[in-house]
Amino acid sequence: MTAHLVIAPILLPLLSGILLLLLRRMTVRWQRGLSLLALLAQVVIAVRLLQRVLDGPLQVYALGNWQAPFGIVLVADPLAAWMVVITTLLALFALLYACQGADRAGRHFHVLFQLQLFGLQGAFLTGDLFNLFVFFEILLLASYGLLLHGSGPQRTRAGLHFVVINLAGSTLFLFAVGTLYGVFGTLNMADLAVRISQVTPEQIGLVRLAGLLLFGVFALKAALVPLHLWLPAAYSAATAPVAALFVIMTKVGAYGILRLDTLLYGQGAAADLLDAWLLPLALTTLVLGTLGVMASTALRRQIAWLVVISVGSLLTAFALGGVDGIAAGLYYLPHTCFAGGAFFLLADSIARRRVDAGDQFVPNVVLADRRLLGGLFFILALLVAGLPPLSGFVGKFLILRAALDSPAIAWVLAIVLGGGLLTIVALARSGSVLFYRSVVSDKPADKTQQIAWRLGAELLPVGGLLLLCLALVIGAGPVDSMTRTIAEQLLQPDIYIRAVLGGSGS
Amino acid sequence: MEALLSFIIGVLTACGVYLMLRGRSFPMVLGLTLLSYAVNVFLFAMGRLTIGQPPIIREGISQYTDPLPQALVLTAIVISFGMTAFAIVLALKARAELGNDHVDGRDA
Repeated sequence: MTAHLVIAPILLPLLSGILLLLLRRMTVRWQRGLSLLALLAQVVIAVRLLQRVLDGPLQVYALGNWQAPFGIVLVADPLAAWMVVITTLLALFALLYACQGADRAGRHFHVLFQLQLFGLQGAFLTGDLFNLFVFFEILLLASYGLLLHGSGPQRTRAGLHFVVINLAGSTLFLFAVGTLYGVFGTLNMADLAVRISQVTPEQIGLVRLAGLLLFGVFALKAALVPLHLWLPAAYSAATAPVAALFVIMTKVGAYGILRLDTLLYGQGAAADLLDAWLLPLALTTLVLGTLGVMASTALRRQIAWLVVISVGSLLTAFALGGVDGIAAGLYYLPHTCFAGGAFFLLADSIARRRVDAGDQFVPNVVLADRRLLGGLFFILALLVAGLPPLSGFVGKFLILRAALDSPAIAWVLAIVLGGGLLTIVALARSGSVLFYRSVVSDKPADKTQQIAWRLGAELLPVGGLLLLCLALVIGAGPVDSMTRTIAEQLLQPDIYIRAVLGGSGS
Repeated sequence: MEALLSFIIGVLTACGVYLMLRGRSFPMVLGLTLLSYAVNVFLFAMGRLTIGQPPIIREGISQYTDPLPQALVLTAIVISFGMTAFAIVLALKARAELGNDHVDGRDA
C-alpha cells in the first residue's frame, strides 16, 4: 500500500467521484457522508505522503512500470505534497459548508467536487508537462460545472467568460508544450530540465519563447496582472463553498510558475527567463488588487479582489527567490488559502441574514447574530490584512525579511505595507456598513430567526479554517523550517532530476 | 511542405484569434474551434514531417515517424471537442438567460 501512496491522492477522488455518480439516486445524506468520508481519507493520505517525502527521498511512481523519460511518472516532492495537504484541508471545510444545503442548489455537486480534487491533486503530482495540461483540463472542466452550480444569469455570464478565457489559455498551453517537444523531443519535466540546462545557442530563442508562453498560461490561471480581469466576477458569482475551493485554483498557477522557475528554467542559459517579469508584475497585481478591494461595492467581490492581492503577495515572495523568498511564499500560501476560503464562507452567512440587501454595502436591518458574525469578520479582516498576531502577519513578515537583500526592497516594502494598510481601511469601512449602519425595517424578522438555529453548524467550517490559521501561528517555527527544507530542495533541481531519471541524468 | 503547413497553422491561428475577439458567442465558439485545429496541426508537426514511415520502432527500420505527437494530438482532440461542446451549450444557455448572444449579455 505504501508503495502506492503517490497515486492514492489522485485515484481516491476519481473513484469516489465515479462512485457518487453511480449512486446519484441515493439520498443526499448518504452522498454527503460518502463525499466527506472520501475527503477525510484524502487528508490522511496527503499528510502521510508529506511526512514520507520530508523524512525520506522523493517518491517517484512509474505508471505501468515504464521508466522515465519514456513512461509517464508521478512525482511527489515536498512541494507537491505540501500543495496536496493544503488542497485537501481547504476542500474538507468547503465541503463541510456545502453540506449545510448549498450542495442541493443543483445536481451532481459532490461528483464535480471530487473530480475537481482529482484534477488539482493530479496537477500537483504529475511529473510530465502534457499530463499537467490534461489535469489542468480536468480541474477546469469540473470547475466550470461547479461555477455554474445553482445557475442564474449572473453565474452564466461569469461562467461564459471564465470558460472562454480558460479555453484560450489551454490553447496557449498546448502551443508551449508543442514547441518544447519540437525542440527537445521529450515532455518529462526532469528530462526537459536536463536538456534546457544544456541548450545550444540556436535553440535558445525557441526555448525562451516556450517558457514565456508557459509563464503566460500559468499567469492566467494565477490571475496575475494583466490577466486577472476574469477573477472577481467569476469568484463572486460562485456559491460560497465553490468560491472557497476556487481559492486554491489560483495557487495552481502560482505552483506552475514556481516549478517553471526552479525546475525547468532553474539552470543553464535560459535561467534568467522570468527575472525581468515576475517581480514587477507581482507588485502591480498587489497595487491593482488593493485598488479593487477599495472600489468594491459588495462583500463577495471585495473578497475576490483579496484573492488577487494574495496572488500578488505570493508571487512577490517567489520572485524574490532564494531559500528565504520561496520559503516565505510557501508559508504564506496555506495562510491565504485558509483565510480566503473562510472569508468566502462567512460572507455567505452574512449575506443570507441581510434582508434583500445580500452582500451589497448598503445600510440594512440589524443582523440577528451580529456579535458572532461581526467578531469573525473582525478576526478575518485582521488575518487577511496581515496585522499581528495572526498568521497573515507572520507571512508578510517573512516576505519582507526575504526582500531585505533585494535591490527592489523599497518597492516591496512600500507596496506590501501600503497595500496592507489600505486593505484594512477598506475592510473597516465595509465592516462598519455591514454591522453598524442599520435602518429600521418594517419587514418581519422571522426570516432571520428561522435560520438562526443553524448558525453554529454554518460557522463550524469557518472556525475550522481559523483554527488552521491559528495552528500556522503557533507552529510558525516548525512550519517555517519545513518550508525552508522544501525551498532548499527546490533550488537544487538535481535532486528531483536524479530521483526521476534514476541517476542517468546529470 | 513545411512552409505550406506553417502557413496553414498561421492562418488558422490568426482567424481563430480574430473570431475570439468578436464579442459574440457564436463567432467566439468558431474561433475556439479554429484555434484548436491550429494547435492540433502544430502539435502534429512538432514530431517532424515524414511521409510513408511506420510510427513504430522495429528491427530493420531506421526511418520512422515519431508516434508521440499522434498520441498527444489524440488526447488534445478529445479534450478540445469536449470543451467546445461545453462552450456551445453554455453559449446557448447564456443566449436564453441573458436575452442576446453578446458575451457580456447586452448589446454593445
